[in-house]
Amino acid sequence: MAGLKDGVRDARGERVRREIREHLGIDLASVRTVDVYTVDAQLSEAEVRAAALGPFCDPVVQDVSVDRPLPRDFDILVEVGYRPGVTDNVGRTAKEAIQYLTGRPFAAGEAVYTSVQYLLKGRIDVAAAERIAAGFLANGLIQRWTIVPSGEYDAERGLPVFVPKVDVGAHAIAVQEIDLDVSDDELMQISKAGMLALTLEEMKIIQAHAADPAVQAERRKMGLGARLTDCELEALAQTWSEHCKHKIFAAHIAYEDTTTGEKSEINSLFKSYIVRATRELRERAGENDICLSVFKDNAGVIRFTDDWSLVFKVETHNSPSALDPYGGALTGIVGVNRDSFGTGKGARLLFNTDIFCFASPFYEKPLPPRLLHPRRIFEGVVEGVEHGGNKSGIPTVNGSIVFDERFAGKPLVYCGTGAIMPTVVNGQPGHEKQANVGDRIVMVGGRIGKDGIHGATFSSEELHEGSPVTAVQIGDPITQKRMFDFLIIARDRGLYSSITDNGAGGLSSSVGEMSQDTGGFEMHLDRAPLKYPGLQPWEILISEAQERMTVAVPPQHLEAFLKLAGEMDVEATDLGCFTASGYYHCLYQGKTVTWLPMDFLHDGVPQLRIPARWTPPAVAEPQLPEPQDYVAELKGLLGSLNVCSKESVVRRYDHEVQAGTVVKPLTGVVNDGPSDAAVVRPLPDSFAGVAVAHGICPRYSDIDTYHMTANAIDEALRNYVAVGGDIDHVAGLDNFCWCDPVKSDKTPDGEYKAAQLVRSNRALYDYCLAFGVPLISGKDSMKNDYQIGDTKISIPPTLLFSVIGKVEDVRRAVTMDAKTPGDLVYLLGTTRDELGGSEYYARLGHTGRNVPQVDASSALRRYRTVNAAQARGLIASCHDLSDGGLAVALAETAFAGDRGLDIDLRRVDAEGDLADWQLLFSESASRLLVTVRNGDRAAFEELFAGQSCACIGRVTAVPELRIVSRAGDMLMVAANDELKAAWQAPLKEL
Amino acid sequence: MNVKALVIAGNGTNCEREVSEACRLAGAECDIVHVAELLAGRARLDDYHFLNLAGGFLDGDDLGSAKAGANRLRHARVAGSDETVADQLQRFIAAGKLVMGVCNGFQLMVKMGLLPALGGDHLTQSATLTFNDGGHFEDRWCELSVDPDSPCVFTRGLDRLYFPVRHGEGKFVPASSEVLAAIEARHLAVLRYCDPATGAPTMEYPFNPNGSVAAIAGICDETGRLFGLMPHPEAYVHRTHHPRWTRQPELPEEGMGLQLYRNAVEFIRNNLL
Repeated sequence: MAGLKDGVRDARGERVRREIREHLGIDLASVRTVDVYTVDAQLSEAEVRAAALGPFCDPVVQDVSVDRPLPRDFDILVEVGYRPGVTDNVGRTAKEAIQYLTGRPFAAGEAVYTSVQYLLKGRIDVAAAERIAAGFLANGLIQRWTIVPSGEYDAERGLPVFVPKVDVGAHAIAVQEIDLDVSDDELMQISKAGMLALTLEEMKIIQAHAADPAVQAERRKMGLGARLTDCELEALAQTWSEHCKHKIFAAHIAYEDTTTGEKSEINSLFKSYIVRATRELRERAGENDICLSVFKDNAGVIRFTDDWSLVFKVETHNSPSALDPYGGALTGIVGVNRDSFGTGKGARLLFNTDIFCFASPFYEKPLPPRLLHPRRIFEGVVEGVEHGGNKSGIPTVNGSIVFDERFAGKPLVYCGTGAIMPTVVNGQPGHEKQANVGDRIVMVGGRIGKDGIHGATFSSEELHEGSPVTAVQIGDPITQKRMFDFLIIARDRGLYSSITDNGAGGLSSSVGEMSQDTGGFEMHLDRAPLKYPGLQPWEILISEAQERMTVAVPPQHLEAFLKLAGEMDVEATDLGCFTASGYYHCLYQGKTVTWLPMDFLHDGVPQLRIPARWTPPAVAEPQLPEPQDYVAELKGLLGSLNVCSKESVVRRYDHEVQAGTVVKPLTGVVNDGPSDAAVVRPLPDSFAGVAVAHGICPRYSDIDTYHMTANAIDEALRNYVAVGGDIDHVAGLDNFCWCDPVKSDKTPDGEYKAAQLVRSNRALYDYCLAFGVPLISGKDSMKNDYQIGDTKISIPPTLLFSVIGKVEDVRRAVTMDAKTPGDLVYLLGTTRDELGGSEYYARLGHTGRNVPQVDASSALRRYRTVNAAQARGLIASCHDLSDGGLAVALAETAFAGDRGLDIDLRRVDAEGDLADWQLLFSESASRLLVTVRNGDRAAFEELFAGQSCACIGRVTAVPELRIVSRAGDMLMVAANDELKAAWQAPLKEL
Repeated sequence: MNVKALVIAGNGTNCEREVSEACRLAGAECDIVHVAELLAGRARLDDYHFLNLAGGFLDGDDLGSAKAGANRLRHARVAGSDETVADQLQRFIAAGKLVMGVCNGFQLMVKMGLLPALGGDHLTQSATLTFNDGGHFEDRWCELSVDPDSPCVFTRGLDRLYFPVRHGEGKFVPASSEVLAAIEARHLAVLRYCDPATGAPTMEYPFNPNGSVAAIAGICDETGRLFGLMPHPEAYVHRTHHPRWTRQPELPEEGMGLQLYRNAVEFIRNNLL
């Protein structure tokens, strides 16, 4: 046990005390913490003491005791530890430390378990402590806690020792056979009870497969009966899950537009819009095609320099984050790290991006059952991504947080990772890989446990009462980092031919997918290393235990591969080999447990049919009066959750490790202005840079998802261009998070939601083509609903559009802060009466109808000209206009640079007769606010000749924003400090 | 003969590449050596002049920052020998060579007893780096003042510095007031967080980002050859690393951090080659 000495500040305890006050309104006098190590191993007393006094404590600030309690002077003690089988990273490190100390490995089953004791002092009873434990200190899904009031505490012996060892029980390891020759009701019962998420139609196809005499004859040769094994059914459920198979994007959709009378049939949204857009763009680009690998691998790959290629993937981890925000988000980030790493022959990780969608942390309404409070989700997700990103040594360079009350039903947690790979590895293209017949199947990294079982099928359903706790897990960034350190060396030595990550679906998915290269495999499940005994073969097959990659190792390199792994403290195990048998073949202790034809597994899933019917929502423009006080309106907008500063979150992420972040997320005179996008310089011997940005605007979905999508694409591109990204060397990633769009009893409005999905895809195709941006990767998460009892919450349809591309020379990158008094202020792009779905309307409780429409051809011309101006060094600052429109962009530009701006609304290029408030708060797309040195005026205006380019004012030395109205009156004067304070206030303390 | 630097990598170090790049820019040859290579006996500290302990999260900082890492270096045996990496390190120090630890590397040095190493005792821990007063990780650029009377060979000729801190456990705490007094009297507190306007050491957040006692951001031993600091000098070796490079055209091409590495290389050229 290790606790801080008297008089030493307990920063962790104080943070807990602060959070308890904020979350639960309980004001404690003090909270102190004690770390407990429970060692379940054969060690001498001297060895235990050496560990306690050595690696387990910091003698300068901590006291330590062995077999004797430390806590004293408290009113209530709460001990929080993990439940059996949950990843305990600290315990694992403690075990390794003891092994180094004694020079002897732990025996099987020996372990160290850690827990934390919170010593609460103040006016508090057991019931309140229970609320603190359940509501804040612990998550009952993965942790257990003990509460002891001081009066009942045994000061001599402390709490009874609890060893959370996995109890394997008496049940035997056995492969069950499932009788599918049953009624439809019973088929559905099998699917539901087994968490298989298979539909009746799918169950019946499997039933027919099992009944086929030819299939049965083949099975008999392998010693299998007519009934499918549990392993086989699980393999089918995993492979056919929405999560892995993207059945909705592959569906046949009958689409009807009631406004135009259009009726059309869509055979796969993915093929009709996403793949087609990229294919047409690549054909059009010819020699200038920047794409190297699209859609087929874990991530997309594009050209960068002659010697290097860029890799980018964005994932979501919504369902696990709803249940355990910390573990869910941590696993999300380390999971997408594996995706980008495991692309081609392997890539070095360069940056992370994080975009979250939450309900307000200040949410005050009652919460339906099983939902965590949005503030807790906020805290947990931020901390999870912090640990995942920081510990992995990957800078988090770009992100945002979007707030909408409907995200209380399901938070969205998007995690992206960019990476860089050599164009050529050992004489072969770095972005290509190929498993060959005879290659060994080697699993590398962590061990397999019951964690993460049914993650793939679970995330293919809405959040409901039976959502399994095993779907929740905790990532271990250090085990993963060791694995990556090892694999990058193995890559460069040419020791493997293919690699992929073990994410959703575990070995079943990774080996199943890789074996499509050869047409079969043979894998021995009993050879896989386990965290603890007692796992059934089917559990080994589909466990999503983290930090594992599957690698195809040519037999002649196996020895070298395993030896290197051993030296670098990385576990690697040979599980079998890739074959051309045509079968998905698993064995357990020499007996066949799966014998599934590869083509049935991969192509047997029936195509879903979805009806879609578009009727525009009944929305109208509100009739609003002229605001009385523009300063108050602007401060209100700056202080809205969607606009306000996210600095308290940004600073918790390391955004500059690897020393390449040239445009950081925070910028300006005191490093606190909001950057539009990030620029990273990945190669120390070159000034070539990578720009990364994103667009997301779910509120526009309330009017039309077509324009929501168009605006997300445009927002990503204008952010990207603002910092200096080359509009002609950029690729996009689409991440759809939808509510269930399949019409059913549970989803009576499925036709509308499906039509929203169709319209979004159409915009994706139209605008990617118009902007010349190929799509290289993406993902969909289609069941973002909450349904328990009568309460149903569906998220607004949300597309995250991420972009990655090239900056020719990072020394030409541009930031958003106003620079020098006397510089001229330009507004590029036309302002229209487009406040539908705007932040301004939302604050007043309106949706509106006039959603911003994107004119891609004028926008593209503008972005190209901005690039040309940047290349000539003509742009001093550049900031995109988005939430809150011109007014917010002006305020941010001013206070980030600690400069004043004198602005005249009469000079704004507007379409139609707009009021002052419309000019200031409209969210018309494709607009940029630019400052230019006075001496560059002529050159700049010449470049923009014939385009919408209005000089609307001047940068001044007096730090205030002054705006003259259309009528020529002074509309508002606001001090920078006042505006900045309003912008910083809301999330400052989070 | 060339100045040979190494950066130890593995088990959670993150900054080995940029530290290596800083060494290279300063004129040294630099190898990134995985700790497994040291433990396998294929690489030896004796073959180098300048040891860099880079930032990161050794073993996830799971037992407190760098604790498990210190334990490994102290107890894990080098294959085919009777010694540990820590034994090699003592020999390295006795040979008059240089060690710089940044962030997690500084934490490692302090927890192994390499700093402040009062009276030349390089084995006993007498200070620590613990949780920031704010209770969580923070990435923030900080102004630092240099003690001009320090024996530190790395900061010779330097006055003020500006580097990012990126840590959750950076609060410097000496074991006792006597230790603090000795550190101050012997000018071992090389770097202090200071007020950007006045240059005076400060306890005020955010200028002092973690609540470090006496605003101490970096210390050396009495020889000045062992140096550790929480801020990252390798993160500012080019002007585009500076957070305000787009608005300060007067910034020199070379970043401030490089001079620390240049001083190390020059010291080695003059004294060890």
